[in-house]
Amino acid sequence: MDMSVRRVKPWVFAACLIPLGMLLWRAFTGDLSANPIEFITHRTGDWTLRFLLIALAVTPLRRVFGWPWAAAFRRMFGLFAFFYALLHFSTYLVLDFFFAFDLILDDIVERRYVTAGFAGFVLLVPLAVTSTNAMIRRLGGGRWRRLHRLAYVAAIAGVVHYLWLVKIDIRPPLAYAAVLALLLGVRLWFRFRPRPAAAGAESRAARPRIASREPVVNAALRRGRSKAAGPLAGS
Amino acid sequence: MLIRQAPDIRSSEITPERLYRNRREFIRTASGAVAGAIAAGTGFGPEAGRLRAQKPIPDLRKSPLSTDEPPNSFDDITTYNNFYEFGLDKGDPARYSHEMTIDPWSVRVEGEMNKPAADVPLETLLRPHPLEERIYRLRCVEAWSMVVPWVGFPLGDLIKRFEPTSRARYVRFETLYRPSEMRGQRGRSLDWPYVEGLRMDEAMHPLAILAVGVYGKTLLNQQGAPLRLVVPWKYGFKSIKSIVKIQFVEDQPRNSWNVAIPNEYGFYSNVNPEVNHPRWSQASERRIGSFFRMRTQMFNGYRDQVAGLYDGMDLRRNY
Repeated sequence: MDMSVRRVKPWVFAACLIPLGMLLWRAFTGDLSANPIEFITHRTGDWTLRFLLIALAVTPLRRVFGWPWAAAFRRMFGLFAFFYALLHFSTYLVLDFFFAFDLILDDIVERRYVTAGFAGFVLLVPLAVTSTNAMIRRLGGGRWRRLHRLAYVAAIAGVVHYLWLVKIDIRPPLAYAAVLALLLGVRLWFRFRPRPAAAGAESRAARPRIASREPVVNAALRRGRSKAAGPLAGS
Repeated sequence: MLIRQAPDIRSSEITPERLYRNRREFIRTASGAVAGAIAAGTGFGPEAGRLRAQKPIPDLRKSPLSTDEPPNSFDDITTYNNFYEFGLDKGDPARYSHEMTIDPWSVRVEGEMNKPAADVPLETLLRPHPLEERIYRLRCVEAWSMVVPWVGFPLGDLIKRFEPTSRARYVRFETLYRPSEMRGQRGRSLDWPYVEGLRMDEAMHPLAILAVGVYGKTLLNQQGAPLRLVVPWKYGFKSIKSIVKIQFVEDQPRNSWNVAIPNEYGFYSNVNPEVNHPRWSQASERRIGSFFRMRTQMFNGYRDQVAGLYDGMDLRRNY
């Protein structure tokens, strides 16, 4: 299992770059419409939302369908969401407004869809920064997990950003909202579902439950421990 | 409001014969364009739209009201359109508008006027009017802009022919409603048919034109063929396309975007960098084809000509 995940990973990584590749190809062939900056903005925005939803789909898929290997891709998808968000924001900052900060500030303050989008982007920054194994170890599993719940807020902000910016046809943003609601709903169900286990078993079950919920984080913590020379070594 | 009567000699009688014949030629070729469209109707994509044989309109008069800014390319003007009757994507009008039949075409003219209400065939409607080129800035409410070399004639000249009465305080326009040929109308993105309106003094302003062509050729369907309004000091959505009805009315008409989202789109919709829109910064705009944003000008740069229409009006409330 581990070996096959390792073999597949580079291909998944390459597949995640296809949207960017297609944009570059269109730019190269002059096929970015009459308004290329708007085109790039919309495409990178679309893919930010898609990767956010894909990253947030990993855990529900793993739990509903019992795909433990899916967890190995969660960080990659999350970072690609940030990657496309960064492209999206850079397009806005550089290509669209060319650092006209007075106009940008006005935009962020006055237009609620820009406010929501900007907030979502800002929320993704700490998540990207703390995505390394070293940062997971430094923060510790519990704190890291709490911090990374911001991903839900960022995704909601992203969908609201889309919802508020469309002029008349809100069906596409509503489709994203529906998927997001489903993904968050699955999480809530797993969290609050009635459990057959007795109340006494609950506290003992707690640790393995978390362990099974976040294998990547736990793997990172384990790896850190085994490498660290100290009281935790060998545990 | 008092409307000046048209002079006794109709403009058709004083038009030089050569220009007059050229217009006949134009009308004939416009019909030919339709035949070409049917031939090209089996094609797909924007190419199919462009295949519509655009016949030249000869001997256009230049207008002192034209801007000397460089016009956008024919490709830009004909592939990047908002025409929700054919879909919400900017490319949809170029992809699907060839499905609309524009021949035969007539315009219903009715309302508060001395002349009897009538369904006027397009040819009859256009006949008296010499065509001229008007190169105008077009500012979309979505904060992009273009420069378009329209071919048309002053709306006011047409209005005078029908002798609106003093009760005619507004002019109301309607776009063709034909869901079988306009796929966007099969959905409920807006209340169809599309409606727009102008106050009578706005409609009579020499800058307001009815356009029948662009770049010296007949309009493509995605641009609102065969007859559309162009009001360059207002946001683009005021310039209603593919007009089938012109009414002289007493009360201010509800325009489609105002009906859809009243707190965002008003009746006047004058280009105004100081009045914000919740979605788009109106302070600046992107001129299609250029990299840097430019500051949006009051009344889209037509302040000197049109500001007088709005003396004493609070443009923040009358957005």
